[in-house]
Amino acid sequence: MAGQATFRIWRGDPAGGKFQDYVTPVDEGMVVLDAVHRIQAQQAFDLAVRWNCKAGKCGSCSAEINGMPKLMCMTRLNNLNLDMPVILEPMHTFPVIRDLVTDVSWNFRAKKTIKEFRPRSPDLPDGTWHMQQADVERVQEFRKCIECFLCQDVCHVLREHHKHDEFIGPRLLVHVAALEMHPLDVEDRVSDLRQKHNIGYCNITTCCRKVCPESITITENAIIPLKERVVDQFFDPLKQLFHII
Amino acid sequence: MAGPQVVWKGGSFGQTSRRDAWWFSPSAVLIGLSIFVVYSTWAALQNSHYTFGPYISPFYSPELFGDSPHALFGPKPGWYPSFLPFSPALFILWIPGLFRLTCYYYRGAYYKSFWADPPACAVSEPRKSYLGERRFPLILQNFHRYFLRLSYPVWGFLAYDAVMSFRFPDGFGIGIGSLILVVNVVLLGGYVFGCHAFRHLVGGTLDRISEHPVRHKLYDCVSCLNAAHRRWAWASLFWVGFSDVYIRLCSMGVWHDWRIF
Ligand code: SF4
Ligand code: SF4
Ligand code: FES
Ligand code: FES
Repeated sequence: MAGQATFRIWRGDPAGGKFQDYVTPVDEGMVVLDAVHRIQAQQAFDLAVRWNCKAGKCGSCSAEINGMPKLMCMTRLNNLNLDMPVILEPMHTFPVIRDLVTDVSWNFRAKKTIKEFRPRSPDLPDGTWHMQQADVERVQEFRKCIECFLCQDVCHVLREHHKHDEFIGPRLLVHVAALEMHPLDVEDRVSDLRQKHNIGYCNITTCCRKVCPESITITENAIIPLKERVVDQFFDPLKQLFHII
Repeated sequence: MAGPQVVWKGGSFGQTSRRDAWWFSPSAVLIGLSIFVVYSTWAALQNSHYTFGPYISPFYSPELFGDSPHALFGPKPGWYPSFLPFSPALFILWIPGLFRLTCYYYRGAYYKSFWADPPACAVSEPRKSYLGERRFPLILQNFHRYFLRLSYPVWGFLAYDAVMSFRFPDGFGIGIGSLILVVNVVLLGGYVFGCHAFRHLVGGTLDRISEHPVRHKLYDCVSCLNAAHRRWAWASLFWVGFSDVYIRLCSMGVWHDWRIF
């Protein structure tokens, strides 16, 4: 694959910005983040890019590559069409700090509005609990989340409609699911889901699940089951009365 | 949790930096669903050619009132308003119709294809206001599980029809139509019993499912079907339409129903 490729990178800050093309040599096995580092080292010393692990585990290098939210460190160049410029943009859903770096702190503020883990009283005198593996399996999937916020970025409720002050977004719905479905947890977050966190904004278009680098089945395993719990509590008197399925 | 000041606002309808054929899948859904809706509406209003030998079209079953020998309660009732078009399908087809309309998979698909909300992931939308499923009318989608409950008996009737499709005037037999109706029941079963609401009701609602071994097993089976819900949805949609086409064309004498046995 050795040769060269053009990277069309968005350069700017909160006041505005524009795309700038950089041509750089590329080698076998490179990922987008490698190319960005090469450009930063050789041509654009002030190019802002955030990264930490280069292993798809820290969730820092989130950006949009050819229009799709992706981790730069996990996107191999041989999977991109290098005959055309590769477009690199910061995430659209969050405010730009500079170039490819966005301010994702809203996610942490929004997370604080979710009721915390509240376990039932301990099963044993030494203050510990018994749990079955089968019961924690479901929430273990959600714990793979690396908080890259790519799902928040792609979700049109945030991206297009900017409902940040009403809707917590797929990442935080995954977080609610991890707490709400936990076998020890006794807190009730269902009415918050409907009224405060507005799960009803989600129209299950599955974009969040499609971009998740940890392959968490966000829509089907977290959001839809939570929507069903909202239905249990607010829309299904029959189930409450007769315990039917 | 005040929202952040987003400086990078969404663009005009269809604006995106995506380079792939993002329009392909929503367009295919648009075409596929439109063909089905038009055909099934037309077929439901025909009130003719919906049975052939031991077969009855799944659009018309269970036939509550009608002129065929399959009718459970005899011909068109006297109280039926004369100004309305009559067809046995009209008594039944609204159940699978509303079941599919409120299905989580189809919702996500037709919001994109028919309403561009969004047109595809990371592609800008035509409208800047958005209510989602929080308000009327889409809040009614929350009643999906009621149509699920109505679909259990409808599926039961179709299973009964499939069994009866092996009963020819000269005794047991297997026609191509019998096989078509069996495949139809299997595909519809995979769709109905892989439903997200069903998955929730059989086990998803329990946080300590290991305390309910039977429901645990059931939940695992349903989850397995559910993982391919999209495929079951399309396969069963296509096949239920094809079953009607097959019986209709046989009844009209266009196609010949081969007896295998
Ligand atoms: S499925 Fe729901 S949460 Fe996920 S991207 Fe779509 S609207 Fe957002
Ligand atoms: S759910 Fe997936 S896409 Fe969303 S923040 Fe976590 S790892 Fe990233
Ligand atoms: S640098 Fe850590 S996920 Fe990409
Ligand atoms: S979710 Fe598709 S049928 Fe219930």
